[in-house]
Amino acid sequence: MAEETKSAAPPPEGDRKPEAGNAAPASVNTSPGQATAGQTAPSGEKPAAPAAPHRAAAPAKPAGPVPVPWESAMISKLKSQFGSGVEALTYLGQNYMQVARSLIPHILQILRDEEQFDYCVDITAVHYPKHERQFDIVWILYSFARNERIRVKTQIAEGDHIPSAVSIWAAANWLEREAYDMFGIQFDGHPELKRILLPDGWKGHPLRKDYGIIEQDSEWVQINLGIESGQ
Amino acid sequence: MTEPTSTVSHLDLDESKKTFLDANELILNMGPQHPATHGVLRVILRLDGEKVLGLECVIGYLHRGVEKIAEHRTYTMFNPYVDRMDYVAAVSNGLGYCEAVEKLLNIEAPPRADYIRVILTELNRLASHQLWLGTHALDIGAMTPLFYTFRDREEILKIFEKYCGARLTTHAFRIGGCQYETYEGFEKDVKKFIAFVAPKIDEYEELLTTNRIWVERTKNVGTISAKDCIAYGVTGPVLRASGVKWDIRKAQPYAAYSKFDFEVPTGQNGDTYDRYLVRMAEMRQSLRIIQQAVDGIPEGPIMAKVAKVMKPPVGEIYHSIEAPKGELGYFIVSDGSTQPYRVRVRPPSFVNLQALDLMCRGQLVADVIAVIGTLDIVLGEVDR
Repeated sequence: MAEETKSAAPPPEGDRKPEAGNAAPASVNTSPGQATAGQTAPSGEKPAAPAAPHRAAAPAKPAGPVPVPWESAMISKLKSQFGSGVEALTYLGQNYMQVARSLIPHILQILRDEEQFDYCVDITAVHYPKHERQFDIVWILYSFARNERIRVKTQIAEGDHIPSAVSIWAAANWLEREAYDMFGIQFDGHPELKRILLPDGWKGHPLRKDYGIIEQDSEWVQINLGIESGQ
Repeated sequence: MTEPTSTVSHLDLDESKKTFLDANELILNMGPQHPATHGVLRVILRLDGEKVLGLECVIGYLHRGVEKIAEHRTYTMFNPYVDRMDYVAAVSNGLGYCEAVEKLLNIEAPPRADYIRVILTELNRLASHQLWLGTHALDIGAMTPLFYTFRDREEILKIFEKYCGARLTTHAFRIGGCQYETYEGFEKDVKKFIAFVAPKIDEYEELLTTNRIWVERTKNVGTISAKDCIAYGVTGPVLRASGVKWDIRKAQPYAAYSKFDFEVPTGQNGDTYDRYLVRMAEMRQSLRIIQQAVDGIPEGPIMAKVAKVMKPPVGEIYHSIEAPKGELGYFIVSDGSTQPYRVRVRPPSFVNLQALDLMCRGQLVADVIAVIGTLDIVLGEVDR
């Protein structure tokens, strides 16, 4: 054990190492079963000498890294204000917060106004057809002042609306249009929510999981392109 | 003269006057097949004479559904697809993708692979900037720089070709490192190239920097403030030309960038001329990085130990790099299977293009061409 911790300890190169190092010890707090997996994983994954035959560590790999709680002054402040609506986690050194759908506009506004997350990197969605609330909406934010990147996540059901962030970050305009185009997510208060990459009259939202990879709006293709099929 | 009739005739006169004035407001369609839009970008301009009142971009003509394709390929199989987004900086795309998947797999490329990656990525940044300069200058009316930059860019493409067999869509990197060891004489070729191209950059500058026509066409054209850049999510040289000293290579270093000494050039006015100067300075900084990387390239393996069948643990990752055009990010969701559950590409060109309307308002029609050029967009990446 001492041998292993030693091999994982000196991280002279790379900046990713400290992050992974933080994640592993923190998992000790969550559950003892994960803790051993978390500790053995880095030494097996990132050998100082790549040729070293650390075969023994390999079986620990499937357990993989786990999300651990993310604690910071900002999070405790948000939690004191919004209670259980905010859950903050760290995965592979990246911080994200799981926010209740109803709190979204307030949280985003606070993140920009009070916590200096002035750059909205991306807004996107992930479709989970089997979940009760099918869509994960993800905001990726960055703060120039803090040099910190976070993700904000929430879930909405099919047909649910979500407030637009255009009034908070102008960058949200096209990003939300793309999420609407690809997933059919309705952003309330968006100045002009229409398709952006696909043609205006297109039916269907292609990045949904139930939209097949060679599926197309045949009617649109026939009328507008004058061909039977684009395939 | 009774009152009602007079009012009516008065209104009529006003109405006709208004229509007459409105006729000056012209809707003009530009593209999608237009040589100055660098691909298939359609811009609908609202003009008052020569002055731009506003514009709307219509995009999607090159949409290939890259993100959808990713969900139906394994992590390895999707790797070559990313080269087809920003096809003039394919190496950067590949670097971002490989590093994102490596993060998800919790592995790291060996140091030698990181150095090779930096050398090729910086060469590609230079090639991308050269192509930008040549076409941007051509759009504005200077033809010579195009021939100069394409002549010199050829040398970079030759190095790529010798390294991996491809010139543009290189697929140079693999998840976990590099597939190919450098070829015999690689370092010599790169050093020779640095010595060859450094004076050429001075040559480009001689043609343009103090050229009266160039200055007139670019100074105070398409100005954007740092505040607007941040609000619109604009990154890369455009953001830096507005005075924000921010470069992901410095802010959140990846690959081997933390080991090299280089400057982040910035501008002050945020106009087309400053963006030109910033990119010219960036070319020189790229050469500095390449020089240091070639001098310090360590020996060792070029591939980390990666399973043949990659099954990243369930989870999500966002990783971004400083591509020649700005922040290129990959948001990858794994469900534990061999295929990514979702790959989201955060393309710099797409987000930067959003600011075109803001930058063109109040400018002349001819300036729209200059501003599209200075944004340095690639439609393959905008539409994906």
